Amino acid sequence: MAEITVTRRTPGMVLLRGDLSSDALREAASAVAGAPMPERRQASLSGDTGILWMSPDEALILLPEGRAAEAARALSQRLEGVHHLALDLSDARAVFEIEGPWLREVLAKLSPADLHPEALPLLEVRRTRLAQVPAAFWIEAEGRARLICFRSVADYVEGLLRRSVEDGPVGLFA
Amino acid sequence: MSRRLETGGLFIDRNAPMGFTFDGKDRGGFGGDTLASALLACGQLVMGRSFKYHRQRGPVSCGAEEPNALVGLGEGGLFEPNARATITPLTEGLRAISQNRWPSLAFDIGAVNAKLSKFLPAGFYYKTFLWPRAFWKHVYEPAIRRSAGLGKPPSQPDADRYEQVNTAADVLIAGGGVAGLAAAMEAGRNGARVILMEQGPRWGGRALIDAPLTGETIDGQPAADWIEMAVDTLETMPNVTMRLHTQVSGVFDHGFALAEERCADAGPAPVRARLWRIRARRIVTAQGAIERPLAFAGNDVPGVMLAGAVRDYAVGYGVAVGERVVVVTAGDDGYRTAIALVEAGLAVPALLDVRRGATGPLVERAQALGIRIEEGRGIAHVSGGQSVTGVSICAQDGPGEVIEEIACDAVAMSGGWSPAVHLWSQAGGKLTWDEGAAMFRPDHARPPTGADGSGFVLPAGGSDGAASTEDALRSGAEAGRLAAEGGVPADLAPPQAAPMPQVWVMPRDAGLALREKMWLDFQNDVKVSDVELAAREGYRSVEHAKRYTTLGMATDQGKLSNIGGLATLGHALGEAIPQVGTTTFRPPWTPIILGSIAGSATGAQFQPVRRTPMQDWHDANGADYEPVGQWRRPYSYPREGEDREAAAQRETRAVREAVGLLDASTLGKIVVKGPDAGRFMDMIYTNMMSNLAVGRCRYGLICNDSGFLMDDGVVARLSEDTWLCHTTTGGAEHIHAHMEEWLQTEWWDWQVYTANLTEQFAQVVVAGPQARKLLDRLGGMDVSREAMPFMSWAEGSLHGFDARVFRISFSGEVSYEVSVRASEGAELWQALLEEGEDLGVTPYGTEAMHILRAEKGYVMIGEESDGTITPQDLNLGWAVSKKKADFIGKRGLTRSHLADPERPRLVGLRSLDGTVIEAGAQVVGPGVTPTGQNATEGRVTSSYHSPTFGHGIAMALIRRGPERLGETVEVTRIGGGRQKAVLVDPVLYDAKGDRLNG
Repeated sequence: MAEITVTRRTPGMVLLRGDLSSDALREAASAVAGAPMPERRQASLSGDTGILWMSPDEALILLPEGRAAEAARALSQRLEGVHHLALDLSDARAVFEIEGPWLREVLAKLSPADLHPEALPLLEVRRTRLAQVPAAFWIEAEGRARLICFRSVADYVEGLLRRSVEDGPVGLFA
Repeated sequence: MSRRLETGGLFIDRNAPMGFTFDGKDRGGFGGDTLASALLACGQLVMGRSFKYHRQRGPVSCGAEEPNALVGLGEGGLFEPNARATITPLTEGLRAISQNRWPSLAFDIGAVNAKLSKFLPAGFYYKTFLWPRAFWKHVYEPAIRRSAGLGKPPSQPDADRYEQVNTAADVLIAGGGVAGLAAAMEAGRNGARVILMEQGPRWGGRALIDAPLTGETIDGQPAADWIEMAVDTLETMPNVTMRLHTQVSGVFDHGFALAEERCADAGPAPVRARLWRIRARRIVTAQGAIERPLAFAGNDVPGVMLAGAVRDYAVGYGVAVGERVVVVTAGDDGYRTAIALVEAGLAVPALLDVRRGATGPLVERAQALGIRIEEGRGIAHVSGGQSVTGVSICAQDGPGEVIEEIACDAVAMSGGWSPAVHLWSQAGGKLTWDEGAAMFRPDHARPPTGADGSGFVLPAGGSDGAASTEDALRSGAEAGRLAAEGGVPADLAPPQAAPMPQVWVMPRDAGLALREKMWLDFQNDVKVSDVELAAREGYRSVEHAKRYTTLGMATDQGKLSNIGGLATLGHALGEAIPQVGTTTFRPPWTPIILGSIAGSATGAQFQPVRRTPMQDWHDANGADYEPVGQWRRPYSYPREGEDREAAAQRETRAVREAVGLLDASTLGKIVVKGPDAGRFMDMIYTNMMSNLAVGRCRYGLICNDSGFLMDDGVVARLSEDTWLCHTTTGGAEHIHAHMEEWLQTEWWDWQVYTANLTEQFAQVVVAGPQARKLLDRLGGMDVSREAMPFMSWAEGSLHGFDARVFRISFSGEVSYEVSVRASEGAELWQALLEEGEDLGVTPYGTEAMHILRAEKGYVMIGEESDGTITPQDLNLGWAVSKKKADFIGKRGLTRSHLADPERPRLVGLRSLDGTVIEAGAQVVGPGVTPTGQNATEGRVTSSYHSPTFGHGIAMALIRRGPERLGETVEVTRIGGGRQKAVLVDPVLYDAKGDRLNG
């Protein structure tokens, strides 16, 4: 089943906690990420950068590799006086890109989330678990998904994904 | 003798011969056969032996309810015990072996004849073998275990692959017969997301065989045509997923269901089986019904089968189970079998109908075919041992006086049908007794309920008591429509059931001699007389009687025996069947492969193992690991000729004498920030944290609200509004959760954010007299005593790494913790090793860390604390603020028991002979307990051999310990004996702190 590929990526990632509805925060985040603040559960992407909605008071800003530390500092400067927390978390997470026609099934074999296209539309971020560890993923376009997990279990997660690919499609969403 | 018929067999492909072996002998069958049908076609009627008496057993059914025909499949890592031959598809090269026999299926030395079986009555396990007592363990139990038992467990790990898949559905339909197909079409047309699953290899259920026998049509079409149309229609619906070879095995709370797909049964597949985890809004159960055996003497002789099975083998597989088949029936169903057999060219010497005056199209057709029908008759007993040789017939209403003996080589029995209510019942659906139809059926008013309190299971077709194809169609369609709309079973009209006389023993007034030969549970050898005995001995509850007799406890979970057993129990107790009730239906519907439950969680995926940024180096340098949470931390790094303990001793000395490196990346690192962070920190920690100066560190304790110690660690103040909390390795996640819980539930209006940064950083402890020199060599930061005093931290560029350096110590030596980005951790580690080579730099593991801290008297969460220990117990009262108005645990600590001066408190302990005291040993106290045991007054919490002092050192929690320094106590030893030890100050090493501050 060579139709699915799993590739490790190393984007910059900034954790931003704060009142996601406040103008100051939205503007600061957008300026750093080059994309508008997403709606609930959504990913807002613009090329290599973007913002993921993680919870009512948490967003994850995606940046090119090596840009996160500087971006976190820039955010905190812009948000001087506004209660928030901005931290470079690039090294705390591992990111995988999964490409191929039945990637929804690759994920459905590992996550209890409903991967049906109606239940998980494009660009909706699903925080869930993958087998025995926490993970989040979103499908950017049919045939391409990204997945985030903790760094310490990256080998485990990569093994899960590869095994799921090896065992072939289920025929659920085909 | 059973054989293949010259023609016929809807399911088999006579152009696809297949070879297989049974007990090593080469056999042949056809594509479409099951293992059971192929064996019958070869004349192999006996397929196994029963559990208790080792009696020869042939298949009694043709489906999932089979209790007898259990075999072992495959070999080595592919071996599977207890497979049902009746639902095992025949595949080329299949290797099957019979079970529970020795030396052979035909001759088994464990077989128990009828006379001896009197000594093995119900409950014999509980009654016999009680004396002499020691014999149970050493003689009786091993002997019973050898002789009783079915398949052998596989001797090798399962070589097959399995996987799981999660999905959701609006409507899950269990069973692909007429009702299931009709439900799927209705739900599918409604636009619902539908999953339709059928355990067998084909769609259509019983209709394929039964409808043509009476010329029944479905929706005006021949059954086969309608089924084909339905399947074609469903396949065009993108919202419908269909699976054959897939049993819905369990229905759980709130619409969760498990199903097992036997992928390899359909042909070569990457995984042998796939476990589906389905979250369904509505579940339609359309699994049909299970035919009931009749209880007559000798009903377990091979060749006595369910009537439905006899005609399935004949019509479906072209297999005659015998040349002359006597049919005995309580309802109409036996007629179907008689008709099918005569049409297949076989002889039916008699059809015994327990009823009188039965009428209807089936009866008329049987009469038209010239079948001899005997009304009001039953079987007194079956003749034959290894197979049937004849039956003696009698009046059903009587004691069983033989009227006539009829030679035959098979018997087809039908005691009526029980709806398969298993899935309905598993999650709490209740049953109601239908007296006229003599069946338990789903009570639509009391369904299993979902999260919203409404019933989420809708029964359909035979599972709901439907007797005719027409009714199954109607009931399936109605259930499918309702399910798609999110309707409830209360809105679903139960289908019409066929009237059925209640025939629980045959003949009605059979004496004990006959009842002792009437089997209820074929696999576990439970007879009518056993259940009656249980009732006489006081087992009035059906659940107790079940366990006492083992009725229904075999691998078929009583699918055939349940109703007969509880009817017999009711009769013996003088109670009606609904008063007796049923036993509990539990998942799975039929056994599923353990491998599919494990799924892909095998090998490296068995359990997640967390890896630090330096783990590759540890792997490559011989680290001997110990599990710490989901991490694997190096215990020590043994060198050539060293064991792990010797290595830890060497590593400890290296830290005391030179410099050591510890991978501390696993320590929790939680950032707390915000305008209210200071007061939040003061609530979380027992000591004051709000007044910690920026640039400084402080050791702190966290208690739960009961006042018990949860965690400890060093807090660094990063800036005016930001603190960094170090936690223990195991505490990172739950301390973060603890903080968030208090923030979100109690202090939701405080302006504080937290984040768990544990994995963002690699952290290395650099400890020992040469530590400062080593960091100086790395260069870039001033780590001098003046610039960086004990309990301070600084940020800078160390050797080109963006680093935070904490001057903290858990060893008693000059010590720094260097924190860099996780992705740079391996490089930092390497740089420290290279720069420190001539300084004697030595990586050390958790055991050396433990020895170092114990020499210094530092406590360890999880060693000295166990969830019942207060800070004061560990002499850490100095870290519990007396000034603060409140903190989590403050009130708890004031409770009388926690403030009791008699509580065990921390002391050091040194054995008088210098040996290492056993960790966990009890400290023996004066006197005895009320139960006459030695009193204890404490326990050893940590114990090591100290290379620094050259003798054993230990820490212990002892009653009023610190007040008793110098006193000698006795501690226990595993295996007996005691050891004397003296109470000492736990701080053995550098009590003044010269080295730490050096």
